[in-house]
Amino acid sequence: MLRDITIGQYYPSGSIIHRLDPRVKFAGTFVYIVSLFVFKTFWGFLPAAVWLITLVIMARIPVKYLLKGLRPMLFLLLFMAAMNLLMTPGEVIGQWWIIKVTKEGIRSAAFMSLRLALLIMGSSLMTYTTTPTALTAAMEHIFRPLKIIRVPVHELAMMMSIALRFIPILLEETDRIMKAQQARGADFESGGLIKRAKAMLPILVPLFVSAFRRAGDLAQAMEARCYHGGKGRTKLHPLKYKLRDIIAYIIMIGYLVGCIFIP
Amino acid sequence: MIRFENAVFEYIRRDDEGNVEGITRALDDVSVHIKRGEFVAVLGANGSGKSTFAKHINGLLVPEEGKVFVGGLDTSDDNNLLKIRQMAGMVFQNPDNQIIAQTVEEDVAFGPENMGVPTDEMQQRVDEALEKVGLIAEKDNSPNRLSGGQKQRVAIAGVLAMKPECIIFDESTAMLDPAGRKEVIATAHELNKNNNITVILITHYMNEAMGADRILVMDHGKIVMDGTPRQIFSKPEEIRKYKLEVPEITELAYRLHKAGAPMPAFVLDEDEFMEAIRSAKAAGALS
Repeated sequence: MLRDITIGQYYPSGSIIHRLDPRVKFAGTFVYIVSLFVFKTFWGFLPAAVWLITLVIMARIPVKYLLKGLRPMLFLLLFMAAMNLLMTPGEVIGQWWIIKVTKEGIRSAAFMSLRLALLIMGSSLMTYTTTPTALTAAMEHIFRPLKIIRVPVHELAMMMSIALRFIPILLEETDRIMKAQQARGADFESGGLIKRAKAMLPILVPLFVSAFRRAGDLAQAMEARCYHGGKGRTKLHPLKYKLRDIIAYIIMIGYLVGCIFIP
Repeated sequence: MIRFENAVFEYIRRDDEGNVEGITRALDDVSVHIKRGEFVAVLGANGSGKSTFAKHINGLLVPEEGKVFVGGLDTSDDNNLLKIRQMAGMVFQNPDNQIIAQTVEEDVAFGPENMGVPTDEMQQRVDEALEKVGLIAEKDNSPNRLSGGQKQRVAIAGVLAMKPECIIFDESTAMLDPAGRKEVIATAHELNKNNNITVILITHYMNEAMGADRILVMDHGKIVMDGTPRQIFSKPEEIRKYKLEVPEITELAYRLHKAGAPMPAFVLDEDEFMEAIRSAKAAGALS
């Protein structure tokens, strides 16, 4: 039930992609996004599509899963396609009332939606193959240089991992509060949007109170276990590059260079 | 190991404008010495100051007057705090609110990570600690899937991985079901016996205190009784004065004795109760 929900969309299949260092996957996603913006012809999609398909096969992620990742972005995708279709000036090939469809419009709508779809699928591949914990660790590592300009990198990463741990607990608590209030006659299911939103307020107040109490307890427990910030801290599982990670970096560079020069 | 010298700690209650409404002395001139390897139960009604007492032992709170020493180190000196917290670990009441990481193993490693233990040694410490509390099989699982008693054992393992000399259980069994309570208390006794770890058990369940070497009873911030379970529970009248109850079996024997039954005024546990009945029967007092 609520306790069993997975945060993010990790799909465990134990493939080689799953076992790569999370920093590699982070960098890979970045390279892939850049590669989607370096070309202007349709031929440019070929290497990006081949790259994505290869990775999906290697990661053993079902296609159904990958397409599911597109669903929340569908509206944005359609909206962008429509805007491009109708707003691009050029050679008119069809006209209906004030709506004009141009040849350039069709081209740019197709181009932009393809690019966005590939971008979404590519970045969800990262979240399918990396646990939130590993992602947090990678982020802490990658953004470490920002410490120089006083960005509290370690603290942010710690906050993120604590948040991830407490999401299921707070969800369960919400459920419990709702049930307690329903038992006393609260009604969350009928009425319009505003009425329902108003009904949520009595849930939020106790939820916040309890979240603050938990935060206080947790801070004390952390302090009791010698937590004193990131200074001098070691890790049980430090991130370490292996041979496969270095190979992955080389392939990545090869791919990016290819994308820039081949078209 | 642990020494309180005339320690005083006050909570100040304020109203909405910040005016002082009242002062609660949670520790009132407390002096006590706890030896290495002792199993000490601290009893007291709600608001008796027993939790405040516990938080002084690992420096989460520092006395306003007087001193607290842990392993010879003064808790009021900030430079000692990390060392003191490593020596005296604490297991809290709410199992959910003291687990930090997303897997059992990583949570146990949290303390050693903070201490800067090298990575190669860390895995060994974590495995040893989980072995001791019998949760090595759950190593890679999410703590959310464990029972309350198991979560508290993870918390104990988290303390053990820091190689402490003393563990304080601050009402660690209050939110558990009877089975979970047994698990935690049994683990505490095992660690005390096999690893010579000093245990301070804060509780309001009398049955848990029966197995201790020594019991401290607190009331209004003072330690009002100090002795072995036998000494403490043989004074049911005095115990009741501090809003506590003696264990049920002791109470039963006491009432039977008062009603004129051939029972001793005091039995510590079920075994002694049965023994008393047997000897009464042998003497022909019961048919």
